Amino acid sequence: MGIVLQLENVHTFIGQYHILEGVSLEVPEKSITVLLGRNGAGKTTTLRSIMGLTPPREGRIVFRGQEIQGKRPFHIAQLGIGYVPDYRAIFRQLTVAENLRLAERKPGELARKLDLIFEIFPDLQRLYHWPGGQLSGGQQQMLAVARALVPDNSLLLIDEPSEGLAPVIVEQMMAAIRSLSDRTTVLLVEQNFYVASHLADQYVIIEDGRSVQNGRMSELVSNPELVNRYLGAA
Amino acid sequence: MTTTFDSSPALRTGALRQSLLISALFVVGLLVINLLFFPVGTVAVVLLSGLYQGMLFFLVAAGMSIVFGLLDVLNLAQGSFFMLGAYAGFAIYGALPEGTPTTVRFVAALVGATLAGGLLGGVVEIALLRPLYVRPIFQIVLTLGLATAIEEIVREIYGPAGLIPIEPPAALDTTFGVFGAQFETYRLFIIVVGFLLMVSVSLLLQRTRLGIIIRAGVQDSEMVEALGINVRRVFTLVFVLGTAVAALGGMTAAPFLGAYPTMGTQFLLTAIIVIVIGGMSSYEGTAIASILVGLTRATAEQLSLQYFNTPILASVSALVFMVIVLLVRPTGLFGRE
Repeated sequence: MGIVLQLENVHTFIGQYHILEGVSLEVPEKSITVLLGRNGAGKTTTLRSIMGLTPPREGRIVFRGQEIQGKRPFHIAQLGIGYVPDYRAIFRQLTVAENLRLAERKPGELARKLDLIFEIFPDLQRLYHWPGGQLSGGQQQMLAVARALVPDNSLLLIDEPSEGLAPVIVEQMMAAIRSLSDRTTVLLVEQNFYVASHLADQYVIIEDGRSVQNGRMSELVSNPELVNRYLGAA
Repeated sequence: MTTTFDSSPALRTGALRQSLLISALFVVGLLVINLLFFPVGTVAVVLLSGLYQGMLFFLVAAGMSIVFGLLDVLNLAQGSFFMLGAYAGFAIYGALPEGTPTTVRFVAALVGATLAGGLLGGVVEIALLRPLYVRPIFQIVLTLGLATAIEEIVREIYGPAGLIPIEPPAALDTTFGVFGAQFETYRLFIIVVGFLLMVSVSLLLQRTRLGIIIRAGVQDSEMVEALGINVRRVFTLVFVLGTAVAALGGMTAAPFLGAYPTMGTQFLLTAIIVIVIGGMSSYEGTAIASILVGLTRATAEQLSLQYFNTPILASVSALVFMVIVLLVRPTGLFGRE
C-alpha cells in the first residue's frame, strides 16, 4: 500500500502562537487515518496546514510525491485534496445544487458524480434545490462531504464529521465515510472515540502540537491505558 | 439511477418579502405625494427623472456593493472611475477624425471608456489593493487617497471648470411628450442602459458559475479557495467589472452632465448612501435602493423647485431617507445581521 500523504516535522504558527511544534505522519492509500487528541492539541490546524489555509513555517508536506507546503489552497485542492471543515462551510444562500456545482473543477463533473452522491446521501436528492441555510446540521454535513466528492479527489480531509449530530445521523455518516474508503483515502479528525475506533484503519495521536503516537487502530482499541493517557477516554 | 427533485421551498424568506413590501409601499407613498402636489404630466417627468438618477447611482454603487461583499473593500475611488469614464469618453469622442459620424463616435466612446475603466481597475487591484487585503484600514486610506489623486490629476489636465456635454447620436438628442410634459430621450436611454445592466448583473450572479463563486465568496472566500478556485483571480475580475460599469456610467452620463472633476465625489457620496440603504453587500438591495433614492431625490427636487425655491431639500433628501431606513432597519432594507 503506497503512501498518499506524508508530513515531516511540520511547524505552524497562528499569529505569534506556535500551534504545531513538529507533526509527522503518513497516510496510506485507500485507508482511513484518524487524528486523535484532546481539544486544542492541533488536529484542525494539521488539516488546515495540509490545505495551505494556515501555511506551515517549517517542515515538509508531500502529497503523491510532490511537496505542497507553500502552495496556495486552490492549487493544493486542484492536486486532488478535498477538505470538509469542522464548521461545514455550507454556503447558506446557495442551493444544494449550487453548493455542489461550486466544487466542479471540470465541466460536467457534477453530472457524472450525481448518482454516486445520491447513492451515498439519498437525502440530498430530495433537497437538491433547497438553500443550504435551510438544511439541518446532519444534512449540511452530508452536503459538505458530498461537495468534496464532486471532483476526482484522491484524498479527503474531514474535520469532526460527527460533531453536533444526532446518534442516528452519526451512524449514517459513518457508513458513508466507510463506503468512501473503497475509492479514496481519508484523513479524519474525530473527537468521538467510538466513531474513530469504528471507522479508522490507522491512528495518529497529536498532543500539544506534536505527533506522539501512531499505529493500527485495532492496536489502540486493545490498549485502554494508551487511550486513557492521551485521550482521557477508555 | 433516475434523478428526481422535490420542488424547492420558497427561496424568499419572510424578511425578504417584508423588505420588498416596505420598498413597494415607499414607492406608492412617493407616488401619492407627487399626485397630491403636482399635475399628472409633472408626476410622469418626476418619476422618469427619478429613474434616470437612480440608474446613474446604480452604475456607481453596483460595483462598489459587490466588491465590498466579496473583498471587504469599500472602494472610495469608485466615483473616480465614474468621472474618469466621462473624461475618457470625451477624449475618445474628440480623438476620432473629423467627419466620423456622431453615432460611431458615441459608441466608440462608450466602449473605450468602459475598457479604460476596467483596465485601470485591474491595475489598481493588482498593484495597489492586493497587498492590502489583510489591512482593511489601509485599503480605505488607499482608495480615498487614490480618489483625491485622480481628481487632482484630472483638474490639472483638463482644468477645474469641466467640459460641456458631448453631442449624443441624433436619434437620442430629442424629447418626447408624457401627459403633456416633455422628457429628454437621452435620459430615457440612460434608464434603459441602467436597467439592462441591472438585469445583466443579476443574471450573471444568479445563473452563471462566476455568479455562484461570487455569491459564495461573499460568505466565505477561504472555503471557495479550498474548493480549488483561484479567489484572487475572481477578486480581480470582480473589481475590473465594477470599475468598468462605473466608467460606462460616467460616459453614459457625459452627454447630459458633461464632465467635471468633482462629479466622482458627488456620485460616490450618494452611492454610499444607496449601499447603506440597500444593505451592505446586497446586490438586490443596491439595485432597489438606487431606484428609491433616485425617486426620492427627484420628488424632493420638484418640491424644492415649486415651493421652497432652494435645492436644499433635494440635497438632504437621500440622507434623511437613509436615517429613517436605518432607524427602522439597522442593517438596511436587504441587509442581513
